[in-house]
Amino acid sequence: MLKKFKTFGLVVIPLTILLSACTPSNDSESSNGGNYTLAISGSTSVGPLAEKLAAKYEENADINIEINQIGSSAGITNATNGVSEIGMASRDLKEEEIANGLTDQIIAYDGIVVVAHPSNKVDDLTIEQVKQIFTGEVTNWKELGGEDMEIVVVSREDGSGSRDAFQEIVGYSSGELIRNSIVASGNGNIKTTVATNKHAVGFISFEYIDESISPIKINGVEAKAENVLNGTYKLSRPFLFVYKDENLSEKGQQFIDFILSSEGQKVALESGVIPIK
Amino acid sequence: MARPPVEKANKRKYMLEKLSGRVFLFCALLSVISLLLIIGFVFFKGINPFVAEGYSFINFLFGDDWVPSEDQFGIFPMIVASIYATIGALIIGVPIGLFTAIFLAEIAPKKVAKIISPAVQLLAGIPSVLYGVFGLAVIVPFLQNNLGLAKGQSLIAVILVLAIMMLPTVVTVSETAIRAVPKSYREGSLALGVSHIGTIFRVVVPAAKSGILTAVVLGMGRAIGETMAVILVAGNSLIVPTSLTDSVRPLTTNIALEMGYAAGVHQEMLFATGIVLFSFILILNFVLAKISAKGGN
Repeated sequence: MLKKFKTFGLVVIPLTILLSACTPSNDSESSNGGNYTLAISGSTSVGPLAEKLAAKYEENADINIEINQIGSSAGITNATNGVSEIGMASRDLKEEEIANGLTDQIIAYDGIVVVAHPSNKVDDLTIEQVKQIFTGEVTNWKELGGEDMEIVVVSREDGSGSRDAFQEIVGYSSGELIRNSIVASGNGNIKTTVATNKHAVGFISFEYIDESISPIKINGVEAKAENVLNGTYKLSRPFLFVYKDENLSEKGQQFIDFILSSEGQKVALESGVIPIK
Repeated sequence: MARPPVEKANKRKYMLEKLSGRVFLFCALLSVISLLLIIGFVFFKGINPFVAEGYSFINFLFGDDWVPSEDQFGIFPMIVASIYATIGALIIGVPIGLFTAIFLAEIAPKKVAKIISPAVQLLAGIPSVLYGVFGLAVIVPFLQNNLGLAKGQSLIAVILVLAIMMLPTVVTVSETAIRAVPKSYREGSLALGVSHIGTIFRVVVPAAKSGILTAVVLGMGRAIGETMAVILVAGNSLIVPTSLTDSVRPLTTNIALEMGYAAGVHQEMLFATGIVLFSFILILNFVLAKISAKGGN
């Protein structure tokens, strides 16, 4: 009898552990207390930043911040209808949206820089030219004032936030991306690929700029944080919190104040976006 | 009713014996359980879009377009890339590996073999990402400069890296097979006046055929499943390759490249890509089993 129990235990207990490890537990969600729940929804690009800001803020405040990443337009609609207290958007508000009584607050900027090999003489492009390069309409550097050589397009992988942002700003879709483009994962990988190939052109976040690659100006404007802030550098977009003044609670206002404080902006800088100050 | 002490001791011994047997059985079962869990998980996730969400499996296998953000999932270019890369690596890797094995087993003086053998085995121990870094830093620029290409990330770069990577498998397995050929075969052939090389190719290699085929299939498995090295040198373009200099995206790199950001159907489609890859490995294992069975006769 005893023997049987031992065998039973030997096989069943580890199995139970294995299986229970596979089923996700939802206990942690509800238990982190807070008497006030702040509902935020919107852009999937702003979402990760908002999550980090919320995590930092929740450390010291008795509040529960719920963030739903459902896209900019849906977030703006939710803020207008009062479904969410705050909406997140990664684009400027349209006129009719402002007319609905929404207030917007820029919490950070997202900036992307087009880079080429340091030996490449092309150092200034328009957004239209960038689009032509990435959609394969222009395939030789000669057409852009450079040497007579093929352009090798390097892109991030589908699903990457940087790629989504870049495509959204430049104005082409994943389906339009030139088919024989090299696809690399991560900013660092793109940088290495471009740095070692004089034909190549790619895009990376601002913080990855160094001497190994040559950053390309857009409409004659250098890729610098100050040019993003003064609105002259076009390969950038604002990250917005939008809300209706009458819906915004005191707690919500306090969270926004925290984001705009130096502590909140430090979180923004650490997560790879451009702080507003 | 007290039992004699000897009987008691014996009983304990048998119990311990039986118990340790169970412990070993459980350890053996662990790998089977892992296999079942992995298969179950991959299939559960990968089949879902086809049974629950109405995607066509045919379009998945033979579709040319992989644009997850626009809901298009076709892995045909990747299947072709995987097959081409594997065949190419075999064409280069198998002869080199086989000749190395023959050299080590039949021709090399003991001293030389003592240097080459560990070198080949060490090659097997190098982490695959290092092969990729080597490929990216040496093979890719070399191809770019010497073939006058715009980009060195290409099918041929993948083939070269995979050919080097499969060498240890091919060499070790076929060397063992060649060494297992009875000495009398060689002696008989040599006694009939056949030259040394003639004996190797006419007698020894045919006798070791099934072992060498096993080596080839194992090398193939290594090539088709390799990911980290390939991701760095393939270029990962979504085209059906028509030339050796086209950049390609094999099945494995598609999964590794996009899993990080994928969600929802996109993620499930990557699992489905895994199922296709898994099927290739299963077919290879089946072939392997057939070969071993034949070798047994």
